[in-house]
Amino acid sequence: MSWSIGKNIIRKDAVEKVTGTAKYTADAPTSNMYHVKLVISQHAHAKLKAVNVARAWDVSGVRAILLGQSSLPLTGDEVKDRPILAFDRVRYFGEPIAAVVADEPFQAKKAAELIEVIYEPLPVVQSPKEALQRDAVLLHENLASYDKVQYVYPEKGSNVANRVKIRKGTIEQALLESDVVIEENFSLSPSDHTAMETRCVIAEVKQDGFVHFTSTTQAPYRIKEQMSNYFNIDEGKIIVNAPYVGGGFGGKVALHLELIAYLATVAVGGKQVKLHYTREEDMVTAPGRIGLEATIKLAATKDGKITGAKLLYLFDTGAYSDKGTMISKAAAATCTGPYQIDNIWCDSLAVYTNHPYATAYRGFSHSELLFAFERAMDILARKLGMDPLELRKKNAILPGQTTPTQVPLNSSTVGDLPRCINKLKELMNWQEGTVIPIDDEKVRVKGISCSWKTSTIGPSASSGVALLFNPDGSINVLSGIVEIGMGAKTILAQLLAEKLKMDIQKIHVHMEVNTQTTPEHYKTAASRGTLMAGRALVKAADDAIRQLKQIAAQVLICSPDDLDVGYEKVYVREEPDAFVEVKDICYGYKYPNGYAIGGQIIGKGTYTLRHLTNLDRHTGIGKTGPEYTIGAQGVEVEFNTKDFTYKILKAYSVIDAGKVLNPQTAIGQIMGGMSMGLNHASSETFVFNDEGIVQNPRFRTYGPFRYGNHPDYIVHFLENPHIDGPFGARGVGESGLIGMPAALANSLSVASRVELNRLPLTPEFIWHEKKAGNNDDLV
Amino acid sequence: MVKNEVTLHVNGETRSLYIRNAETLLYTLREKLGLTGAKPGCLNGDCGACTVEVNGAAIKSCIMLTIEAANQQITTVEGLQDAPIQTQFVEKFAFQCGYCTPGFIMNCNTLIEKYPEANETVIKKWLESNICRCTGYKEIEDAVKAVLTSNQADSSV
Ligand code: FES
Ligand code: FES
Repeated sequence: MSWSIGKNIIRKDAVEKVTGTAKYTADAPTSNMYHVKLVISQHAHAKLKAVNVARAWDVSGVRAILLGQSSLPLTGDEVKDRPILAFDRVRYFGEPIAAVVADEPFQAKKAAELIEVIYEPLPVVQSPKEALQRDAVLLHENLASYDKVQYVYPEKGSNVANRVKIRKGTIEQALLESDVVIEENFSLSPSDHTAMETRCVIAEVKQDGFVHFTSTTQAPYRIKEQMSNYFNIDEGKIIVNAPYVGGGFGGKVALHLELIAYLATVAVGGKQVKLHYTREEDMVTAPGRIGLEATIKLAATKDGKITGAKLLYLFDTGAYSDKGTMISKAAAATCTGPYQIDNIWCDSLAVYTNHPYATAYRGFSHSELLFAFERAMDILARKLGMDPLELRKKNAILPGQTTPTQVPLNSSTVGDLPRCINKLKELMNWQEGTVIPIDDEKVRVKGISCSWKTSTIGPSASSGVALLFNPDGSINVLSGIVEIGMGAKTILAQLLAEKLKMDIQKIHVHMEVNTQTTPEHYKTAASRGTLMAGRALVKAADDAIRQLKQIAAQVLICSPDDLDVGYEKVYVREEPDAFVEVKDICYGYKYPNGYAIGGQIIGKGTYTLRHLTNLDRHTGIGKTGPEYTIGAQGVEVEFNTKDFTYKILKAYSVIDAGKVLNPQTAIGQIMGGMSMGLNHASSETFVFNDEGIVQNPRFRTYGPFRYGNHPDYIVHFLENPHIDGPFGARGVGESGLIGMPAALANSLSVASRVELNRLPLTPEFIWHEKKAGNNDDLV
Repeated sequence: MVKNEVTLHVNGETRSLYIRNAETLLYTLREKLGLTGAKPGCLNGDCGACTVEVNGAAIKSCIMLTIEAANQQITTVEGLQDAPIQTQFVEKFAFQCGYCTPGFIMNCNTLIEKYPEANETVIKKWLESNICRCTGYKEIEDAVKAVLTSNQADSSV
């Protein structure tokens, strides 16, 4: 019987969040700060002829005006290709050109509006395919000379920021020997995270030389590391605070406005400055979600065994690479979806265009690649005359088989896809059929998709946890995980309560992260919080248990080996009545005569991901993540065959979660992910005009789901443990999202009887495709 | 810069302060009164993160000028005392990052006060003015319906 694990423990951040007392970055009092406002590019690609600031200085309260210059470092996670403020040239609509520092926000804004920028427009590149044309305009002529990390491969004289190759088996042979081959193109445009909290940073250089940031970040420790690299500041002298973050979805992993804010504070003698993005800036100036053009070719035998996959993924990383290169790598590593295919040829590229640049987005390439691949699976099933779920089951990847990067799997490292599929069939009442007429106009249709996800983060990523006991026996948990919404710190408290069999009310989690005083957690991303911080916590708990036993052994005059810790006591295992209370020893123990032994118990633990490697440049062999979370998902849609409008009635997820630690939190993560996936699939996208200008950088026109757009969610978990995970748990933070776009597109393709290979799936787009194809040959 | 004195009645307190005429209520609440529960999400009325109550109506404080709110009764999330909707938000896990939460809570609270009998259509009409990017709205639906149902049960006794 579990103590705390598997229970719907109320979140530790609940009271603060429902009373409005939870503090986010922008909530800090500003009476003592200057404010920064940016001038952003109005062109997607142009030479900067001049930036005239004279009139801006006339505005009262202006303290500094910053412009880009070549002496400042170029920045970027893998390829250093991005100026902090543009100089000579702008490469995307929204790119920062200048920054004004003033006493009041309205003064900074007024001054920024008076800065005159003279552009000379350049030709605009709007898609990866266009960017790869022989005569395409180059975004970065100096690509070859940029600093970069070792394992990315920008291609000189082209717009290719990275190319990852997967070569497994012999694809040409597989294509020749198959009975059926399909080949299709798929695409989706860049879009945005639009977390409800727009990005904000407060920066200051104190008299003692310490540099302080408070930021809306998922990666405070990376800010510290990178600022140190770019500006030659001792890493120990950079202190980053990460309070509550109002949603990240990957977008707040990137180092972005911290760079500008640092220059701004330096320009005003180190005084505190605040840079707070408007919604519009948050959408176009800050990095967004990557776009994709994909070509999928699948070969199969008559009976539905897939023999080969030839895949081309062209990611639209926009003007700068940021996480684009790693996204292309993550996509390559899981390029086939959760299927066993002996012969794979895949090229996965990150390609520069004049779109806003891309960073991590929940799923980290998986929802994009699965959209393409899982659509192709449905098209193949149709061509084979096979049930789409049967085709998937037949090719499901299983323990004993190897991934595209040739990682051998076992039942711990991969979830159980066949069982997920069986459960999905049952929940969706699959035998009822996939198209059910409602009346003359409307049909009810079903569509499905399978998914897998592993993380692609630095091979040496680690996480630490410290446990500080209070004299009353309660414990403070310190972890570098940022609370971005997923409830990770409540999960840590649950794990600790379970380990120590203690009242969770006596476990206090410190929500804010301060890089000077909180043990490092690599970054709060990639659904790795539970595994990494969870394992660190378990280790820290063991460390505390060992210390408690050591003191208790002296008090109880026995060997520590004979003791157990639980129920807020340390007791003799065989005779539980012989015990000492934790509160009486967690600050050391005082003998009646006044002698004292021991001191405050401080438990510590760290965890580093094991045996991860980079991918071989020529074959892609290597291991990017610890385990593969598996899922099967579906939707049920009411579709109007006359006007192509539709309503999503139900959305299903069956996820192999390893172990569900807090059911309500896990379901919430999955439902939120499903909503986001369906939203992206049905309406969210940047709309670009011919000049590459984003036409809809605001909620009103961007199309976020609202209350009432939500379907009924049906969520089911399997629990095949990941042995390395705390209590067997797998990462599920992204699993709700990643299969949804394909599932919706598959259902609507059946409903509309035309292959829908582009997102978002608006009624207008469906109408367009119907008209273009004017074919009625889908079954 | 010209500033004028206004009197605001916020959460039962009367506060006099100097503001610029162009100041929005959201700005004044957050920057002058330290009431940061109401959040900026778009500053143009699209998202509802800034929702407060003004004379019992749910108002997006980013598109109301402070001078318009002078001498009116303003309630922000900080002014709620154990409102049933707050309890239900906790119990139904109706928040994740929590950024949209104060706005949603204020909007739900006004809905519950104004339309204790609210049906599906009214709830949808009312709540679609706010955006949440983390949840799938289901938990928020559960929370608001739990309060409405329990109020209806109470009043039918
Ligand atoms: S901030 Fe007021 S509606 Fe979005
Ligand atoms: S809880 Fe994050 S936006 Fe609603």
